[in-house]
Amino acid sequence: MKKLSPISWLIVLVALCFTLATLFVPRAENWNGQTQLANAFTLLFGEGRKLFANEFFVMGDVYFHSGFYPTIFDQQEMDRDVAAPAHGEADDTDPNEDFRGKPKDWIDRLERAFTPNKHTHLSTGGADGTVKAAGVQEILPWLKLAADTNPQMIETYTVGAYWLRTSLNKPQEAEAFLREGLHYNPRNYELLFDLGQIYNENYHDTARARNVWRAALREWQAQSDAEKKNDKLGLDEIAAQLARLEDGVGNYQQAIRYFELAKTVSPNPDAIQEQIDTIQKKMAMQPASTKNATH
Amino acid sequence: MSMNKISAIAGVVIKELYRRKDFYVLFVLTALITVAAGSAKFFHDSSIVRYIKDICLLLIWISALIITISMTARQIPAERENRTIFPLLAKPVTRGQVILGKFFGCWLAIGMALIVFYVFFAIVSGSREQSWPILNYAQAILLQWVMLGVVTAMTLLGSMIFSAPSANMTICFIVVGGILFLGQHLNTIALRNPEPMRSVIYAIYFLIPHLEMFDVRERVVNDWPLIGWLVCGVAVLYGAAYTVLFLFLAWLGFRRKSLNA
Repeated sequence: MKKLSPISWLIVLVALCFTLATLFVPRAENWNGQTQLANAFTLLFGEGRKLFANEFFVMGDVYFHSGFYPTIFDQQEMDRDVAAPAHGEADDTDPNEDFRGKPKDWIDRLERAFTPNKHTHLSTGGADGTVKAAGVQEILPWLKLAADTNPQMIETYTVGAYWLRTSLNKPQEAEAFLREGLHYNPRNYELLFDLGQIYNENYHDTARARNVWRAALREWQAQSDAEKKNDKLGLDEIAAQLARLEDGVGNYQQAIRYFELAKTVSPNPDAIQEQIDTIQKKMAMQPASTKNATH
Repeated sequence: MSMNKISAIAGVVIKELYRRKDFYVLFVLTALITVAAGSAKFFHDSSIVRYIKDICLLLIWISALIITISMTARQIPAERENRTIFPLLAKPVTRGQVILGKFFGCWLAIGMALIVFYVFFAIVSGSREQSWPILNYAQAILLQWVMLGVVTAMTLLGSMIFSAPSANMTICFIVVGGILFLGQHLNTIALRNPEPMRSVIYAIYFLIPHLEMFDVRERVVNDWPLIGWLVCGVAVLYGAAYTVLFLFLAWLGFRRKSLNA
C-alpha cells in the first residue's frame, strides 16, 4: 500500500477539520438552550462571568478619568463619574481633587510624576485638555464587555447609550445597545425610558417616544410597593418627560396630569408646580375652541 | 582592554538572544493577541484605540520581564554547568568582568528587544490614532529599560544565592511582581498597621527598588503630556543606584563562590 506524504496528510486533516466544524458548530450554538447571542464569556465562565461585569464597568470609569483612579488601597467613591451625566447629574470635574492626599514621603512625591496626576474627564478634554468630545468612545469597549458578562446590569446599557447618543452622536448604535439590553431584560422601565429619550431628542419622533415612555410608566407602576418606594426618581423622570412632551405638542391637560404625577414623588415639587402654573396660564390664554381640542 | 573583555562577553550574550526562540515566541504572541484585540469592533467605531494600547503595553511588559529574568538567570549557572567558566576565567578575565559582561549583554539584548516591541506598538497605535508621540514612547522605553537594568542586576545577584536557575527565576518573578503590584502602597499599608509592624513595613518600603515608578503605561495609553526630563533623569539615577548596588553584591557573592558544579 502506497504511503501518504505529509502534505497529503495535512490536506486530509484540514478537510476533516472543516467537515467537523460545519457539522458541529451550528449544533454547539444551541447546546444548553444557548442561542447565537450566547457569547464567549458565557461559554467560558457560565454564571461566574457576572463577577467580572462590575470590574469592566469600573475600567470604563478608569478610562473616563484617563487613568487617574483610586486603587483598592485608596479611599474609593461609590459613585462612578462616567455614569453621572446619564443619571441627570452634572459632568463637572475639579482638577484639584486628589484622592491620594498630600505625598507621604519623597518616593511617593517622585512616583506621582510618572502616573496620571490630575482629575479630568474624557468628555471635557481628557488628560491634556485637548481631547474632543468623541474621545469618550474609549470607554465603550469596557461597557460592551460589562454588558456581555452581565446582561442584567442595567446601568451598563443606560450609560453606554447616553454617551453614544450625546457626545458620540450615534443614536442608532445607542438604540441597538438599549434593544440588546431589552432583549435580556424585557420590560425594564429604565431601558424603555432611555429608548424614549432617543426617539424624542435624536429622532424627534414624539409619537414613538410617547408610546415607549407610556410603556416605561406602566412597567414602573407594575413593580412591587417596596421597589416603587426605592426608586421614586424613576417615576419622577418618566412622568416629567411625558409631561414635557405633551406640553410641547399642546396636550396641556395631559401634561398637567403627568406633572401632577411627578409632583407626588419629586424631591422638588415647587419647581414642578411652577411648570403646572405656566401650562395653566397658557391654557387660559387659548381660545375656547382650541382648549376643547387639546382635552 | 578591560572594556574589550566586557564587550566580548556581552556580545556572546546578545547573540544568545537572537539564537534562542524565547524572544520570537513572545513577540509573535504579543503581535497576535494585539492584532486579535484590534480586530474587534465596538459600535461600528474603528477609531477606538486605548484598550488596544493598554493590552499591547501590558504584553510588552510581561514579555520583557520574562525575557530578562529567564535570560539572565541562565547565564552564570550555564557557564558553570558546561564548565566553560574555567577557560573564560583563564583568558584571563576577572570575575568582576564576567559579571559586568553578563550584565551589559543581557541589558543591551533586552534593550534591542524593547525597541522591536515598541516599534510594533507605535505602528499599531499610530495606524489607529494617526498620531506619533515619539518622545513619549522614547521616555517609556528609556524608563522601562532602566527598570529592566535593575531586574537584570537583581537576577544576577540571585544567581549567586540560588543554585538552580529555576529557583532564581521563580523568586525573581515573585519579588518583581510583588514590587510592581504592592511597592507603591507599602507606605499606606504601613500606616494602617500598629508598631512594630509599621516600622518593619516602612523599612521594606524604603529599602526595595520601586520598579513601579518606571511604569508609565497609564500615561502613554491615556495620552498624558510628556514627563519632565529632569524628573526622568532623577528616576534614571535612582534605577542606576540600585543596579550598581545589586551588581556589587553579585560581584561580592561571585568572588567567594566555588565554581565546581
